[in-house]
Amino acid sequence: MAEQTTRLQIRDFKGISIVEFADRKILDEICIMEIQEEMEKLVEAKSGGNILLCFKSVEHLSSAALGMLITLKNKIEGKSGKLKLSDINPQIFEVFKITRLNKMFDIYPNIDVARAAF
Amino acid sequence: MTDRPVRNGGLPDLKEIIVPNDLAAAKTPERLILEEAEASGYSENAVFAVKLALEEAMTNAFRHGNQRDPAKHITIRYRVNRERIEIEVIDEGPGFEPDSVPDPTKPEYIDRPHGRGIMLMRAYLDSVEYSKQGNAVRLVIINKPP
Repeated sequence: MAEQTTRLQIRDFKGISIVEFADRKILDEICIMEIQEEMEKLVEAKSGGNILLCFKSVEHLSSAALGMLITLKNKIEGKSGKLKLSDINPQIFEVFKITRLNKMFDIYPNIDVARAAF
Repeated sequence: MTDRPVRNGGLPDLKEIIVPNDLAAAKTPERLILEEAEASGYSENAVFAVKLALEEAMTNAFRHGNQRDPAKHITIRYRVNRERIEIEVIDEGPGFEPDSVPDPTKPEYIDRPHGRGIMLMRAYLDSVEYSKQGNAVRLVIINKPP
């Protein structure tokens, strides 16, 4: 059963929390802060758990959103969990490449491939 | 919302909007510029680049320049035609030295959550120039045929 928060849809698959974004544009500070708060609650609740972020519906991502992902990755790994990303569209993947964060994050073409990689 | 009307700046067809230092208010000039870009025949990728750069510039003005002070303002001057889009974003802060921002792709800075906005603007636009004082940035994108 999927859990719907204001900004996220979260479902569990064999211990992996699969998170999809409700927003198509993750750009402004208010949106990013709300996503971060909701994600931090999830990280606390699933201490040591694995999280897969699916960007299927996301069309825009700002540098502040990248910062939020870095903070989130550090928190998840600090609790011995793993973070993986999937379904990033070519325009957004370019943002990861420019900032070289494609080397820092584990990025997969789709949810099935990402799930199998945990 | 804007607290002052759109009006012409000192140059012909240069428009100026002054908004309160508030990210919600900053959406108005962004919407107007993107509408003009689409109407002027810019590609989807170019419109994406302008949107991304405007978000970064406005966030920097709000957060770093004006230090989130609601009493301050952000001035946006822009001109959109079929050849190019020029945008100036000016805050009321003391300015900064862009070269002092460390390269976020270096291994020692890669896991820092901040400091990628200028890099993204430079990657997506044809020109990103800061004023001498460092409180104004001029963004230019040239319309390229597909």
